[in-house]
Amino acid sequence: MKRIFYMENCRMMPHQSDERDDCMTYWPDMERIDSSVADYVLTMMEDYDCERYTAGDVENALAHSTASAKDLGALLSPAAAPFLEAMARKARELTSRHFGNSVALFTPLYIDNHCENSCRYCGFRGGSQIRRRRLLAEEIRQEMEIIAESGIEEILLLTGEVHTEEYLEYIGEACRAASKYFRMTGLEIFPVNTAGYRYLHERGADFVTVFQETYDIPRYGELHPAGHKRVWPYRFYAQERALMAGMRGAGFAALLGLSDFRRDALAVALHVAAVQKKYPAAELSLSCPRLRPVVGGSDIRAKRVEERDLCQILCAWRIFLPFVSITLSSRESAAFRDGMVRIAATKISAGVSTGIGDHAKKYGGGRTFTSCQAGDEQFEINDSRSFGDIYSALAKAGLQPVVNDYIHV
Amino acid sequence: MDDELNLGGRKFCSRFILGSGKYSLELVEAAVRHARSEIVTLSVRRANTKSSENIKNYIPEGVTLLPNTSGARDADEAVRIARLAKELIGGETTLIKIEIMRDSKYLLPDNYETVKATHILASEGFIVLPYMYPDLNVARDLVSAGAAAVMPLAAPIGSNRGLVTKDFIRILIDEIDLPVIVDAGIGRPSEACEAMEMGAAAIMANTALATAGDLPMMAEAFRYAIEAGRMAYLAGIGRVLSRGAESSDPLTGFLRG
Repeated sequence: MKRIFYMENCRMMPHQSDERDDCMTYWPDMERIDSSVADYVLTMMEDYDCERYTAGDVENALAHSTASAKDLGALLSPAAAPFLEAMARKARELTSRHFGNSVALFTPLYIDNHCENSCRYCGFRGGSQIRRRRLLAEEIRQEMEIIAESGIEEILLLTGEVHTEEYLEYIGEACRAASKYFRMTGLEIFPVNTAGYRYLHERGADFVTVFQETYDIPRYGELHPAGHKRVWPYRFYAQERALMAGMRGAGFAALLGLSDFRRDALAVALHVAAVQKKYPAAELSLSCPRLRPVVGGSDIRAKRVEERDLCQILCAWRIFLPFVSITLSSRESAAFRDGMVRIAATKISAGVSTGIGDHAKKYGGGRTFTSCQAGDEQFEINDSRSFGDIYSALAKAGLQPVVNDYIHV
Repeated sequence: MDDELNLGGRKFCSRFILGSGKYSLELVEAAVRHARSEIVTLSVRRANTKSSENIKNYIPEGVTLLPNTSGARDADEAVRIARLAKELIGGETTLIKIEIMRDSKYLLPDNYETVKATHILASEGFIVLPYMYPDLNVARDLVSAGAAAVMPLAAPIGSNRGLVTKDFIRILIDEIDLPVIVDAGIGRPSEACEAMEMGAAAIMANTALATAGDLPMMAEAFRYAIEAGRMAYLAGIGRVLSRGAESSDPLTGFLRG
């Protein structure tokens, strides 16, 4: 019997969207869950005026043993900039208390770059002139083998967005293959319904990351003109659906620079806090991507987020959410990543290629696919160190690299 | 005089159980040596690795591994992790520290699920050491379920805040006929010493060492504090006068006969 991952009516009438659609209206195939988390996050974000805070508010926030939402607002404000060193010291103390000197390592694996969406900032968007590739099952296994040989035990599988049952099964098979090579399989794929997440969980995935991109809804609508991704609330509730489906944990992020980064940084942290309250057993993580140049990129009026800003955001998040894992991707430079793992970041990627089928070429000792060329990369990476190099750098800095902190039960 | 810590028939001279999850693996050996510890905890989720960084490779010979069920969210998961621990570690060891947390923020133990897991694992022959919130009724249930000790938390895990739950731990020490091992929250050697003076059977520490400036030296400081506290307990601590000196004139001197 064929599994039904989407509601029946969606397959009867495929929905074609365009910018005339309201990005807050669910499509028929999209599951709605009973949750008021979005109302809370959006209200708090609307009320946030980063210019309102004073140095005194920042000092108070740093003096509190636990940080409130108001403290978070102060720590993310321009008034906190002169306190960056004090914030870093507090962040480091909290990171050390909750995580010791451990830094977890993982590798992302892009298995497909076909995509129905048209996100204006993304190299994989539908219609862009890039080389498209969907790895075959055998190619996925080959890539996984190369990654596993490096010593990595946690994999993050990434795709574009394609809403068919066959495609979900394709991802499910990739999860099943991953469980043979890795201890932990995470997913960074398009949002699906609870039934879809349950199916992927049964295939071995246990962690779901979804980037909300921006919590600024008008801006979100502007940047996501078509495809399922256009629907903001369906994306917003993806992590909750994943947890309801039995996933152990969930990851959150805003793509900083798409809108006011302080408001997005506030919103995503409050999103995590609210989900933690609702699902206290869940293991949650935050990522902090900044916009990077993309293949075929266009002018999207991106706002610049400097390293100093990003450092402030990570410190504020750590002080507000001391128990949450913070992931730093290879979009950032080696120097920045090496510095931030001493302060707030607890998980970094290693041996990264954002192209499709690229691990064989980059890290496979000359092994390449014979079937065809690799697909283009989604964005340029800034830290291309191998797993071994990053491992050595961490150990040299007195940190303990951790390749596995997970048990499938 | 032999003063051994007896955990389900396994006897230990040291009363200092070392955590191992928050500092570099290279430091484990030095920490054990300075602490003179005979038991080191091991997170099964960390040990469940193919890598050379498997913590098992860093535990000195002769030290007993105490696997924990960190990551378990209910009794069923704890039981499965415990069975995996048995496979991973092999040998004759059947010690298991039950940790069940349904809260990723505070990492507070779930006492209810812990009792259930203790019952199952004790009946399978494990020597069960349950991490718990110090509640007398639960501690009694753990005794009935077959625990070999109880491990109440002194303060939220990782907080280094000391004996925040002191009064409740004292009740457990008074009422429970099993070793009471104070776990989580102890930040200073003086706090470990105080717990031992109260009659705690052993101390478990991890963050206090991991966040110290000199980890091996702090391990040694804890060792002396724990030994001093134990000796004071065995010696019998003298009374404390609450207000000034006691009159040598007895109040009951008027009584005849």
